[in-house]
Amino acid sequence: MIHHEKMLVVSQKQIAKDIFELTLQGNLVKEMEEPGQFVHIKTNPGLDPLLRRPISIASIEKDKNQFTVIYRAEGKGTRLLSQNIEGNEVDVLGPLGNGFPIDEINSGETALLIGGGIGVPPLYELAKQLNKQGTRTIHILGFETAEKSFYENKFSELGETFIATVDGSLGTSGFVTNVLDENEIHFDVLYSCGPTPMLKALEERFHGRKAYLSLEQRMGCGIGACFACVCHVADDPTGSKYVKICSDGPVFPIGKVVLT
Amino acid sequence: MNRLQIELPGLSLKNPIMPASGCFGFGKEYSQFYDLSILGAIMIKATTLEPRYGNPTPRVAETSAGMLNAIGLQNPGLEGVLANELPWLEQFDVPIIANVAGSETEDYVEVAEKISVAPNVKALELNISCPNVKKGGIAFGTIPEVAAELTKRVKEVSSVPVYVKLSPNVADIVGMAQAVEEAGADGLTMINTLLGMRLDIKTGKPILANKSGGLSGPAIKPVAIRMIYEVSQKVNIPIIGMGGIESTDDVIEYFYAGASAVAVGTMNFTDPFICPRIIKELPGKLDELKVTHLSELTGRSWKMYGAKANHCS
Repeated sequence: MIHHEKMLVVSQKQIAKDIFELTLQGNLVKEMEEPGQFVHIKTNPGLDPLLRRPISIASIEKDKNQFTVIYRAEGKGTRLLSQNIEGNEVDVLGPLGNGFPIDEINSGETALLIGGGIGVPPLYELAKQLNKQGTRTIHILGFETAEKSFYENKFSELGETFIATVDGSLGTSGFVTNVLDENEIHFDVLYSCGPTPMLKALEERFHGRKAYLSLEQRMGCGIGACFACVCHVADDPTGSKYVKICSDGPVFPIGKVVLT
Repeated sequence: MNRLQIELPGLSLKNPIMPASGCFGFGKEYSQFYDLSILGAIMIKATTLEPRYGNPTPRVAETSAGMLNAIGLQNPGLEGVLANELPWLEQFDVPIIANVAGSETEDYVEVAEKISVAPNVKALELNISCPNVKKGGIAFGTIPEVAAELTKRVKEVSSVPVYVKLSPNVADIVGMAQAVEEAGADGLTMINTLLGMRLDIKTGKPILANKSGGLSGPAIKPVAIRMIYEVSQKVNIPIIGMGGIESTDDVIEYFYAGASAVAVGTMNFTDPFICPRIIKELPGKLDELKVTHLSELTGRSWKMYGAKANHCS
């Protein structure tokens, strides 16, 4: 059930260059189930910016009625959001979308979680839930540079964690695929979220494997009404079939949709 | 007496508030939030003869107090709308205004004829103003003679009243309105989006894959108010006003300009509860304005203050 709520800012802090961690409290948290869902946040009162911002849920703490998002303050909206301090109220619509299926893997099996940049956050709640059900997790996290990296320690607490940075300032130099090339990693199910070129590379490499990818697209409504975030379905020669990333996704089985 | 009740050709509206076409899908998503029966009407997403996938993404880009879209009339096609969307909407006590679009005159005519006999479709909205399709759409809405001819052809086959949705991307909005009135339009809806564009600061490329798109949202409201103000003094058919409505005061302003009902578009995306909120607030606003019935406000800007005295009724 989707709720609309003015939620209380419990904390907000900058955890890396341009990267903010915001924790909110309210009853909307009761509706959160799957890792990989997102919330649609009105970053400011008033009309500019006009639209909400879709931001993935990084961590859920049901006992405290709180959840955390991690986002990059880059545009006008996210910069305004980053100015909120403890005690403020933030207008949230959610939870939205379908997340990562954790029942597609058993306890005792191994999940490989690959995240790129601002695609890393939803994998944290996923890693938490997988470990809770007894699934082992291995993490590969890619960032632009060391100063934009975050949550390495938090992921390390949950399982083996590899870092890649484009400029080589932390971990493996290059992309997450370089980590895959340099290490022999065995897994049963792959879960990934990140920039489309990264997802494409993974799709090529792991075609036919059991894998789930979380996609991103500019959204209007976030609930499936505006048709802004549609993408083509892979096995459709007519080209007329589509899915909406916001309400059918954002997580899809690998190979299901055409990545553009 | 229901102070919000509005009677228009084909439409008995329990209140003047309806979601605008393209901003509400076919209602399913918003039915998660509230009972759609409280709405005055629903303008469903444009229906074309064949299913349409629409334009490549990105399809939306934000602007100051507005947004650009280039969805490209994505819809399941006439057959899909008749088989699935309209029957699903029958569970609600709400008149449906079917937005009809096409590439050729024949497309419009066929869709209009068939969709107008659906039991809950009480009026058509003739979409001659979509800026985001290569053929049809706005091409029908920028030349008065072409718009008039299409209106006439659709009127011949439609079983319900026809409202023509006007594009603001014209030099003479009054001439356009008069042309479609002359051709038999039962009402006007205005305005559709304004053509616009945004460029990416890093790359210099257009943000929308379609390059340009339609600007909507509060940014365009003054344009709509001005056009309705001018048109309503020159035609004798009712106007459903739209363009950036985000508050109850905006609704009042549209009525003052000359609208008889209004549609809420883009703001449904920001606040899914905007329509029920405005409906709830309207009676209090009438009290504040010391008005018994909402319809008394239509055209107040020129009726009361006599902008063009020879057109006062």
